[in-house]
Amino acid sequence: MIESFYELFFARYNYWMAIILMLIGLYALIAKQNLVKKLIGLNIFQTAIFLFYISLGEVRGGTAPIYLPEGVDALYVNPLPHVLILTAIVVGVSVTAVGLSLIVRIHEEYGVIDEAGLLQELRRR
Amino acid sequence: MRRNVIIKTVSRFLVPFIQVYALYVIVHGALGAGGGFQGGVVFAASFILMIIAFGLTCVRERFGYRWIVMLSALGITIYATIGLLCLIPGGNYLEYGSIEAALGIPHLHGYLIDAVEIGIGMTVMAIMTSIIYDMGDTGGESP
Amino acid sequence: MTLIDHLPVFLIAIPILASLLILVAGWWDRRLCYPISLVTILSQFGAAVIILAQVMREGTVRYYLGGWAPPLGIELAIDSFNGFILTTILLLSAAAVIYARRSVEHEVGPEKTIAFYVLFQLLVTGLVGMTITGDIFNLYVFLEISSIAAYALIASARKPRSYLASFNYLILGSIAGGFILIGTGNLYAATGALNMLDISRLLPASFELATVHAGFLFLVIGYSIKAAFFPLHIWLPDAYAESPSAVTILISTVMSKVSVYALFRIIFTIFTTAYIVDVFPVTGFILFIATVAMIAGAVIAIAQSDLKRMLAYSSVSQIGYIMFALGVANQVALEGGILHILGHAVMKGCLFMVAGLIIYRVGTSRLSDLGGIAKVMPISCAAFALAGASMIGIPPTIGFMSKYYLVLGALEAGHWLYAAILLLGSLLAVGYIWRFIEIAYFRDGRDRGSGAARTLEAPASMLAPMVALALLCLFLGIFVEGLMEIVGPAASLLLGGA
Repeated sequence: MIESFYELFFARYNYWMAIILMLIGLYALIAKQNLVKKLIGLNIFQTAIFLFYISLGEVRGGTAPIYLPEGVDALYVNPLPHVLILTAIVVGVSVTAVGLSLIVRIHEEYGVIDEAGLLQELRRR
Repeated sequence: MRRNVIIKTVSRFLVPFIQVYALYVIVHGALGAGGGFQGGVVFAASFILMIIAFGLTCVRERFGYRWIVMLSALGITIYATIGLLCLIPGGNYLEYGSIEAALGIPHLHGYLIDAVEIGIGMTVMAIMTSIIYDMGDTGGESP
Repeated sequence: MTLIDHLPVFLIAIPILASLLILVAGWWDRRLCYPISLVTILSQFGAAVIILAQVMREGTVRYYLGGWAPPLGIELAIDSFNGFILTTILLLSAAAVIYARRSVEHEVGPEKTIAFYVLFQLLVTGLVGMTITGDIFNLYVFLEISSIAAYALIASARKPRSYLASFNYLILGSIAGGFILIGTGNLYAATGALNMLDISRLLPASFELATVHAGFLFLVIGYSIKAAFFPLHIWLPDAYAESPSAVTILISTVMSKVSVYALFRIIFTIFTTAYIVDVFPVTGFILFIATVAMIAGAVIAIAQSDLKRMLAYSSVSQIGYIMFALGVANQVALEGGILHILGHAVMKGCLFMVAGLIIYRVGTSRLSDLGGIAKVMPISCAAFALAGASMIGIPPTIGFMSKYYLVLGALEAGHWLYAAILLLGSLLAVGYIWRFIEIAYFRDGRDRGSGAARTLEAPASMLAPMVALALLCLFLGIFVEGLMEIVGPAASLLLGGA
């Protein structure tokens, strides 16, 4: 009983952290009224996924996957998820940039960046 | 806001080092941890520091929209051209080994990877800088 | 290695170079953007046709980037299924770019022309990349390239509401992207592979793992958001209705289809029918949701007061038809579904082109302002009627043929009730198509200026692609036998045959 509990929660605490962060991000995306805060939520959500991937490649006691001289045996961490996530980070940055510039435009046009205010503005026009 | 003399002086010292470090990261991409993405972002960070210290207009006068378009286009062109060059000796796209084998120059594929990384670095640097410009453009930039 | 063998990589590398050429050349002279874009997309279309012919002759075409074979490298793989999709999307992109020239001048404005064409090119490139890649992570990367280009394109209309539409789409699209990323990670954790064929080979050993189930759900939900499958469609109406006409045409016909393609690819090629039928039975559920989508989309479409919005909800309904094939999952239904991907792209492209022309000439797409529009725009309204007939499914149009196969497949699988509901959905399509026809032909409108002789028909560069697509609805239906030679093998390929 204790062992299975340990197995479920503590042996895989990295995944739980990723899930908790992801839910925080999703909460901000859904519940926050301010568009900038929504975007911050999106960033937290994406960061959680990055964390998930990076911990996926981790090997206990592994070193950085850099070529070592002949004769030295070493346990490497899996570099592939890290490389993949580099691409995903670039995607995240671009999405954030597009989102922020959209918010700038929305603010120029309507003068507000929270949802309630925007609804009011839309109804007024 | 009056520009603080300490920030100005410190960034004047730091910017060259940041840029050299960025170049190191870019060129190191072929052999170890490094590469165009990371190096390009570090390079762009030096521009951000300059914007903080000297203001947006000052930086933009020296590194304007034309530079950004040219550098980003040039970077991707380098990448795609080297990829396509590999087709000529009969390799696949980006198969550096084919050029190395055709010309018989040892370690050429390493240099080609470096060239591709430099291209990527240029584009990333230009695009990141342009994002900063666009963000700073409409905000309340005080004179 | 001849040049023909390198065509798959040219499909991606050349347009990316062209998009930069547009950037630099447009700086020189803004009028250069359009011809470069047109030539690039047309040559891509030519390449796609050549590749499709090669695939039909010799089987799957594989291309290893950098010469690294699959477990290590990324491969581009084109078989009869994605060759067909590739040709479809490039055909529609070519029609959209021809249409775009005048539409951009009108709806986007001269100062944003260069950016528009660059993004248009990148969007098409991203979608082409999604279609031909054989690597599941690469699929995600190309998806994000096309999505980011689409966010910016939707916001390029001169209306402030388009910013809000784009922002909503950005938030939902990024959540979808995140889900897809998690799903990809789960599959990687379960199998240690990223190549689609490798995953499908290694996956049966770990079919029972919770990781795989979670990965499946994340991937399916993520791509369903992108494809606007019914309860996840909420970004779609605003994004379609508020963006410039040329962009609406591209994202409604091409982008949603490519996401549906990705769903088919993931469900049938990676997870295979064994998984969705025996291990994790979802087909019944997908079938149920698909029929709900058909009916709900059509009913909401009938209730709309704006032409573009009506067509947008009709897309929700039509995506339901394609997903119906996924739910039935037998040979005949899949043939119908794949045929409907082409058919819906062609007819919805034509309908949105008509809506765009009306906005171009009349300045509004509110249905109540369009009374008697057929008198001044006879060609456009005739095209609408033809494409609308295809949407309803009147023989011998392409819409009839695809629905015929769908119903046949459903009956073969014993889903009598669902087949009946599908026919009911077609009846509802009559509701919204007829509404416009009735307003355009039989209702008297306001006086439109200097007498009845005046025509409001748009310039030829916008009429030509529209008429071509309308006629295509008819011809594809008549010559459906030729298409079945590609669609048949594609469907059996998805089901694990040849």
